[in-house]
Amino acid sequence: MSQPFRTEKGGRIDRGEQLTFTFDGEEMQGHKGDTLASALLANGVHLVGRSFKYHRPRGIVTAGSEEPNALVGVYRKGDQTPNLRATQVEVYQGLEAISQNRFPSLGFDVGAVNDLLSPLFPAGFYYKTFMWPKAFWDRVYEPVIRAAAGLGKPPKNPDHDTYGNIYAHCDVLVAGSGPAGLAAAVAAAETGAKVILCDEQAEFGGSLLSDENATIDGKTPIEWVQETIAKLASMDNVTLLSRTTAFGYFAHNYIALAERVTEHLSDPDPKLPRERLWQVRAKEVVIASGAIERPIVFPENDRPGILLADAGRTYLNRYGVKVGNKVLVATACDTAWQAAFDLADHGVDVVAIADLRETPPENLVAIAQARGIRVEAGCVVTGTLGRKRVKAALLGRLMTSGQVASAGQVACDAILMSGGWTPTVSLYSQSRGKVVWDEAVGAYVPGKSVQNERSAGAAKGLYGLQATLEDGYAAGEAAANAAIGKEAKVTYAAASGGEAGQGAVLGALPHDRNASRVKAFVDYQNDVTAKDIKLAAREGMQSIEHIKRYTTTGMATDQGRLSNMNALSIASGALEKPIVDVGLTTFRLPYTPTTFGLFAGVARGDHFDPVRKTPSHDWVVANGGVYEDVGQWKRTWYFPKSGEDMHAAVARECATVRKSVGLFDASTLGKIEVVGPDAAEFLERMYTNPWKKLAPGRCRYGLLLNDAGFIVDDGVIGRLADDRFHVTTTTGGAPSVFATMEDYLQTEWPDLDVWITSTTEQYAVAAVQGPKAREVIAPFIEGIDLSAEAFPHMSVKEGTFCGVPCRLFRISFTGELGFEINVPRRHGKMMWETLAGEIEKHNGTAYGTETMHVLRAEKGYIIVGQDTDGTVTPQDAGMTWAIGKKKHDFVGKRGLERPDLVAENRKQFVGLLTKDPKVKLEEGAQITVAQNPATGTPAEGHVTSSYYSPAMGRTIALAIVKNGHALHGKSLYVPMPDGGIEVEVTSPIFFDKEGARLNV
Amino acid sequence: MLLVYCPYCQVERPETEFSCRGQAHIARPSDPAEVTDEGWVEYLYMRDNTKGVYAERWRHIHGCGRFFNAVRHTVSDDFLKFYKAGEPMPDLDELAKEAGK
Amino acid sequence: MSDLLASDVITPDAGETPLLSLPGVSVLKAAPMTRLSLRLREAAIPAAGEAFGAKLPVTPLGAETSEKRAALWMGPDEWTLLAPEDQLQAVFDGIEAKLDGQPHSLTDISHRSEALIVSGPKASWLLNTGIFIDFSLEKFPVGTVTRTIFHKSPVMIWRTGEDTFVVEAWVSFMDYVAGILVESAEELAVA
Repeated sequence: MSQPFRTEKGGRIDRGEQLTFTFDGEEMQGHKGDTLASALLANGVHLVGRSFKYHRPRGIVTAGSEEPNALVGVYRKGDQTPNLRATQVEVYQGLEAISQNRFPSLGFDVGAVNDLLSPLFPAGFYYKTFMWPKAFWDRVYEPVIRAAAGLGKPPKNPDHDTYGNIYAHCDVLVAGSGPAGLAAAVAAAETGAKVILCDEQAEFGGSLLSDENATIDGKTPIEWVQETIAKLASMDNVTLLSRTTAFGYFAHNYIALAERVTEHLSDPDPKLPRERLWQVRAKEVVIASGAIERPIVFPENDRPGILLADAGRTYLNRYGVKVGNKVLVATACDTAWQAAFDLADHGVDVVAIADLRETPPENLVAIAQARGIRVEAGCVVTGTLGRKRVKAALLGRLMTSGQVASAGQVACDAILMSGGWTPTVSLYSQSRGKVVWDEAVGAYVPGKSVQNERSAGAAKGLYGLQATLEDGYAAGEAAANAAIGKEAKVTYAAASGGEAGQGAVLGALPHDRNASRVKAFVDYQNDVTAKDIKLAAREGMQSIEHIKRYTTTGMATDQGRLSNMNALSIASGALEKPIVDVGLTTFRLPYTPTTFGLFAGVARGDHFDPVRKTPSHDWVVANGGVYEDVGQWKRTWYFPKSGEDMHAAVARECATVRKSVGLFDASTLGKIEVVGPDAAEFLERMYTNPWKKLAPGRCRYGLLLNDAGFIVDDGVIGRLADDRFHVTTTTGGAPSVFATMEDYLQTEWPDLDVWITSTTEQYAVAAVQGPKAREVIAPFIEGIDLSAEAFPHMSVKEGTFCGVPCRLFRISFTGELGFEINVPRRHGKMMWETLAGEIEKHNGTAYGTETMHVLRAEKGYIIVGQDTDGTVTPQDAGMTWAIGKKKHDFVGKRGLERPDLVAENRKQFVGLLTKDPKVKLEEGAQITVAQNPATGTPAEGHVTSSYYSPAMGRTIALAIVKNGHALHGKSLYVPMPDGGIEVEVTSPIFFDKEGARLNV
Repeated sequence: MLLVYCPYCQVERPETEFSCRGQAHIARPSDPAEVTDEGWVEYLYMRDNTKGVYAERWRHIHGCGRFFNAVRHTVSDDFLKFYKAGEPMPDLDELAKEAGK
Repeated sequence: MSDLLASDVITPDAGETPLLSLPGVSVLKAAPMTRLSLRLREAAIPAAGEAFGAKLPVTPLGAETSEKRAALWMGPDEWTLLAPEDQLQAVFDGIEAKLDGQPHSLTDISHRSEALIVSGPKASWLLNTGIFIDFSLEKFPVGTVTRTIFHKSPVMIWRTGEDTFVVEAWVSFMDYVAGILVESAEELAVA
């Protein structure tokens, strides 16, 4: 198929390069420089989609990112990206695009029946129609609505693409490269300021790319753009980013840009990211986002072939495409006349210019007449004909009475409309600025700056090429001066032509049609009509925020950039309030739809989060260990031998540790070196326990509270020297304990001569636990007498392990004879492999976190965060022995004396034994007095830990229970769906109550 | 993402390097044993929830590790002052006036 | 400060193949070294520097180097001291002896972190794929050292040359940091 609507010459496309693409499987031709929209129009295709609610045929309306209708899916790397705007998709060789929201085809869509049934779908129909019966929502309404409505289909596969990220700083960021943006960039760059200029389009120049009539410094606009860009590109202090949308404006001049790196390429190098997120901190921002034209709200204004006038001009001048052969221009604004003239000059039959103004400017009328164009003043479009393409327009004459009289019908295959211009204030609004209504401009414009930004040109309602250029230069100069304190020396370019137009209209136009039968669309994408907005007002919606949600107007991908002003005006009329009193919805980020991939960046797969491994990792993997994630750490859960399930592996590991010996990787435990003359004093203040009298070479269990009196962490603390302690914390608590210690040190006790250093990753730690532990480590330890007398339980000494320095602790979290060996981390692998080999000789085993949990539960040792929940005191936990009774103060001491913490009925830490020793309780299960309590009965407590205990030959559990310490021997129940399980409350220490096994 | 100035490193850095630790100038009573139950609850839990100019604690946790204080307008997020831990609280009304808030 | 001074403390690990070697940027693992965390009050600064063999910088984010020694400012009372791996005990004992009686904390952190050497004309670009710091020479001159965040990992960055940076992370974060650096540099291989 040739390109019947392509002009003979002109435009920014490369006519030498012909590209083949498909739309819904049909092969077509386009050129390099085309968007999908321009190429489709060149092929005479206007019908590109079906509307959201009524499935009405829809065509391309705009030439920019605000496009509401032409949303397409594009295949890329075997998958389809939905909801791309055809006006932004660049044509490349082999591009495959599809239309959306139609079944079975775009031309014949069964959903179009909705249009005939439209009286059933008034504004707010979701709220009204599907309320009853309630159960129908999940089963009937929701699935049917989901299938029928909606836009594109999400891709089925994981994203094949990669996404880059770059953090950047600049003095001046200029968003938008039309006349104002280019002038601002030049002025700022001349001062030497670091400038980033970005534009969402493939080519810089904005509106200048579609202006063939004006001149700047005697050059065509395009020549001037090219010279200006070449100059900026040659400057080291300037970064030029095309295909880059400034989509988010955050606090402190932090702006997010989305750069489309490869989407326009037919066969991009797979090493290149699809998109790149630029996170920019700019000292000053110039918002030169321009203005967009408004549609006119007349009946049947949504037929394919009806476009904005400026879009028609852009397709003609920039892309060399005629939107039709017989074009009607319907306007309230001067600028659309230029579109008519340009089309006529390219040989298009402009059937009429219908201007709703009684007396359009005489000079324009004269130019039209010179070209033989029929001019209809005081004339509106009252309807259109044609199903998949507009065929004719109905015209109406505005009478002085306010009525409209039919003025006949005019045949056409395209209508260009212009209701005037709306400044694009989205970025300004995102910067938290409050827009203000400017009566002269007839639009909301940026008000006071609340961040270091300024809007320039049409973005603030300033029109006309000369004025826009001047404003851009001035904004660039001011921004650079504010950023780096330098004045610009730049000669302003002088423009002729491109004058600002007059005239505008807001809201729905009057017509002579049956108001209840015709639809005049305000928001194309969401199928919101003028009637819907009036209905919302009638039904009591007072604020535009309510009207927006009730009708969904302004909730499309353009966030109402096309529709808001007309919607506001209609609401203003319906509510009988001035437009400023109706309010305005807030523009939020992103400015245009943005991919999830862009936000995710490298944070996916292995790089989603740091995966922290210990030195035993390779050995564990080679020996079939199963990992569990503990925060970012990979910790071995258990080590199954062949044929073992988790239960069997854990039972074997537990039994082996109690019988001979086990090896456990404790490297992830937090470690903090506390050093200085006041080290003991500091620990005295932080922990509940006394520390000053602890002799070097000894260690002690430490309990850490917050100042409210609740347990927050625990660990063993060894004194290496008078002024040096080795503190251990829980794995998960390491960062917060360190931060808490720093907080007290820096802000409460800055006079203490003590400093803390995290040594968590300085040491690899192997725990060797069990009756044979001493024999296992003895061959490798030098410099430490391991005998029970010289090195009793709760000792610490420095020596060597296989010749490398080690800190050896004799401590136990299993109730068995135990050692924990700390070696500098790089030797951790050697230590682990040495010990793993040695335990084999003693019929020992490596064990994981599950066995560690069971063994400690058999001994009634708490795990902070599992058996405590931030409301458990040492008394509740039965650990008053850990509190230094003579201490005047420590963190939490005063909190512990609060009335509620010493009151009766607190929940206390106990053991539970099920009546049936085979029944294992669910962790988290509630505990009650009655076996089958009535619904709503408050629980007495809950199960915190529950295991099968090999040493006891039965199940055991730990719990916190109201007054639990007084209930030992009593029965309670754990209600479950199958009935209450009877449990006996016991001491939490199940195994070796005297602790004889520790002291061997 | 806010831009925070660390008075120790003497540089502005993105918020991600810092952690905000709530209202500033809440001193732990020097002798907790002397504090009433109500007083202790006040110390533990009661904080201002100012709409406007507010002095709060920050820590340059992924930088020098130091705690410092900042005066921030809680509506605009503008920082009016950064100062080191231990320095007295500035006159917030005066700062607000200077900033025209 | 020149690359030469830093390079006698921080050297590429001869046993490791480069993680990345492109015309624009290379990433090499640094050999193990002695790292000490030194904390003290102002009065002890000169003595500590003397004992160590390099002055303790007092300018924020500053570094001082001398032969086989580097002292890096980490905070107003915190320095990281770098020396060759085999000099750990000598350096440790020397400082302890000199500071006897003066409140201080000296802690061995040699194994806590690993270092990468990122160099080449695209080095600062590569770091900026994950670090929100302005690495222009005016804002981050040669010799500047700072802790910061690379994506989700805490890191330390020390600029040892116009196009050379030392990137340190705690050992268990290094796979993450190195992995993302290599992944992010991939597009630089495209001509």
